[in-house]
Amino acid sequence: MDILLQNCRIIDPVTDRDEDGIDLEISNGIITAIGKKLKSKHTSKDLQGALVAPGFFDMHVHLREPGQEYKETIATGTNAAAHGGFTGLCCMPNTDPPISDPFVVSYIREKAKGNIVDVEICGTMTKGRKGDELAPMQALADAGVKMISDDGNAVANAEVMRRVFEYGKMFDFLCTEHCEEATMTKGTGMHEGKVSTKLGIPGYPSVAEDIVIARDLLIAEYVGDVRYHVAHLSTRNAVRLVREAKARGVKVSAEVTPHHFTLTDEAVERHQANAKMNPPLREQQDIEAIISGLQDGTIDCISTDHAPHADHEKNTDIMSAAYGIIGSETAIGLGLTYLVHSGKISLRTYVEVSSTNPRRLMKLLPIKIAVGEKANLTIIDLDTEWTFRSEDICSKSKNTPFISAKFKGRPIGIVNNGQFLWTRKD
Amino acid sequence: MNRDLLGIRQLSQAQITDLLHRSDGYFRHLDSTEPFPDYRLLHGRTIANLFFENSTRTRTSFELAEKRLGATSISLSMQTSSLTKGESLIDTINVICAMKVDCIVVRHSSSGVPQLLRNNLPPHIRIINAGDGAHEHPTQALLDAATLLEQLGSLKGKRIFIVGDISHSRVARSNMLLLKMLGAEITLVGPETLLPKYVEEVFDVRVRTTIGDSLHKADAVIALRIQQERQSRSYFPNLSDFRLRYGLTPIQLSDTKAFILHPGPVNRSVELDDEVVDSEKSLILRQVRRGVAIRMAVLEWLFEV
Repeated sequence: MDILLQNCRIIDPVTDRDEDGIDLEISNGIITAIGKKLKSKHTSKDLQGALVAPGFFDMHVHLREPGQEYKETIATGTNAAAHGGFTGLCCMPNTDPPISDPFVVSYIREKAKGNIVDVEICGTMTKGRKGDELAPMQALADAGVKMISDDGNAVANAEVMRRVFEYGKMFDFLCTEHCEEATMTKGTGMHEGKVSTKLGIPGYPSVAEDIVIARDLLIAEYVGDVRYHVAHLSTRNAVRLVREAKARGVKVSAEVTPHHFTLTDEAVERHQANAKMNPPLREQQDIEAIISGLQDGTIDCISTDHAPHADHEKNTDIMSAAYGIIGSETAIGLGLTYLVHSGKISLRTYVEVSSTNPRRLMKLLPIKIAVGEKANLTIIDLDTEWTFRSEDICSKSKNTPFISAKFKGRPIGIVNNGQFLWTRKD
Repeated sequence: MNRDLLGIRQLSQAQITDLLHRSDGYFRHLDSTEPFPDYRLLHGRTIANLFFENSTRTRTSFELAEKRLGATSISLSMQTSSLTKGESLIDTINVICAMKVDCIVVRHSSSGVPQLLRNNLPPHIRIINAGDGAHEHPTQALLDAATLLEQLGSLKGKRIFIVGDISHSRVARSNMLLLKMLGAEITLVGPETLLPKYVEEVFDVRVRTTIGDSLHKADAVIALRIQQERQSRSYFPNLSDFRLRYGLTPIQLSDTKAFILHPGPVNRSVELDDEVVDSEKSLILRQVRRGVAIRMAVLEWLFEV
């Protein structure tokens, strides 16, 4: 695959480049020239000022395979990610069977082979995600696992959490916790606040998330040198706890989903189960705290928590409905519209939280947009306004509250592993 | 456009007045020993009462209202239905509707189910909410309002206390909405464990955590049923401890002109002592009778268009 990309806006935090009007020559998947008005034998494509950034990486994706292929497969999930502008992702281990076994890792790796999207695999912290015995960490590490999590559940037992940290740090795993004190959230359907009171839906209090983060931070600090990562953080106190721990020197990182910085619990009234996720949508003050966390680096990255579910699992009563929404294909539209164009964070910070930081946390090689480097790129039209439509969804599932939402800026293509994908015909 | 009754929130002041007025006509016949007139208003109509949560009185009340208006009605207790065989809620409802049903009366433990059915069913099928989660129970609020209006004439400026488990109560929510629209002042009484967060602000009501000597100011008290299984989640220590603080006893009753209402079934000696249930101030059986009349009025209103 050879191409000359003309008139690019290149932002590359690793080489500290931010330039307009640049041409980029790619030959056999390698960047062979960068400069103004390049001459090349390759076919050219005028990007008209579109952003060319190091490939975006989504650290939190539910590919559902093996076991729940009716919701999503490795093929459909990576295709959705590719169309959403991601060149890499990490799939979460709450599959059936869960990823607490190197055979499951090999199965996923085999199915993802040759894909334009790199698939990293998160193993479980405990055997079968049951929260009592440690997962076979040496075997998982040998199979290439870099992150462990019991996502969907927190590790309820503090003693087990301590041992996960102690054993896990020998492999330098990123220990990702789904922070939920389950004794406080049993039988709940949405965030506890004014809207839950109005609708009479049992409320999931923000403190149920905060206390697990507080506990884990204390254990991690006690154990020392653990790479602890807060998954899909959603509350103002979670931001405060992570900020304070970082200031104390704890090796903590955090991610936020696009829906947690764009929607509040009020969305439940309109979208019902398509606004049901775990953690739930919170309040405007939480959104403001999250944005301040993105601004000051408390929150390291944006991850989608792409959680596909079949229609019958969502089009039912709110208490029985499954948690989660798909997110791969709306992430960049939401990020650009609500963070960048609204002036909350710079485009460069946005590239860092979408690419540089998650890759650093996953211990992946940094992407450089430089001659001689492999081309791993996300290409984004920053200014086109568009409407997200159900019929355009590549994911196997369509559970999202963002159907008909309007965004400014969208991914138009990716380059990775010697392949191109142009996601827009126009 | 077809009508539904999904909640009090959807109703205008005029619609409420209209429904209450219609129910008075039916109530006069119910309150008489003469045979009930042969209304054939709903002849040829089929109504399915789908109770996904246990109920005897509400289901019976709807059944009688439907039959007295000439409808064909069936009642299904859905805990024992195909849902337990893995069929989805929407599939179950579609099966029932395929048998030509004109109206669904639905009760479900999850808030929002009537709206979910509205979103999934063709518009000609009317939907009545017979209680969804802790969200709404509009016919209960209407019958409570009718019962109170019969005694108090008007609810303007009247003080109504709602006592007990507010958090889990759809009766409380529908009553807060409706009684306030009719001009009443609402005071909620219960422990913080059973009061939903921000309820004062969300519903614009007063909140007390003790009955104390406040009852002399009340024009009516609506005591709510305590679900006995709640004590297993530590909302309160035990039933007798709850009674000591929130139960209505003859002593408190002697201090007030307030009428006593309860949506039933009453836990005697918990929410209300025997002497209170059986006192002249108790409107509990009037509520039940009003309930049939209100449900007839709602059905008439739904099928008028």
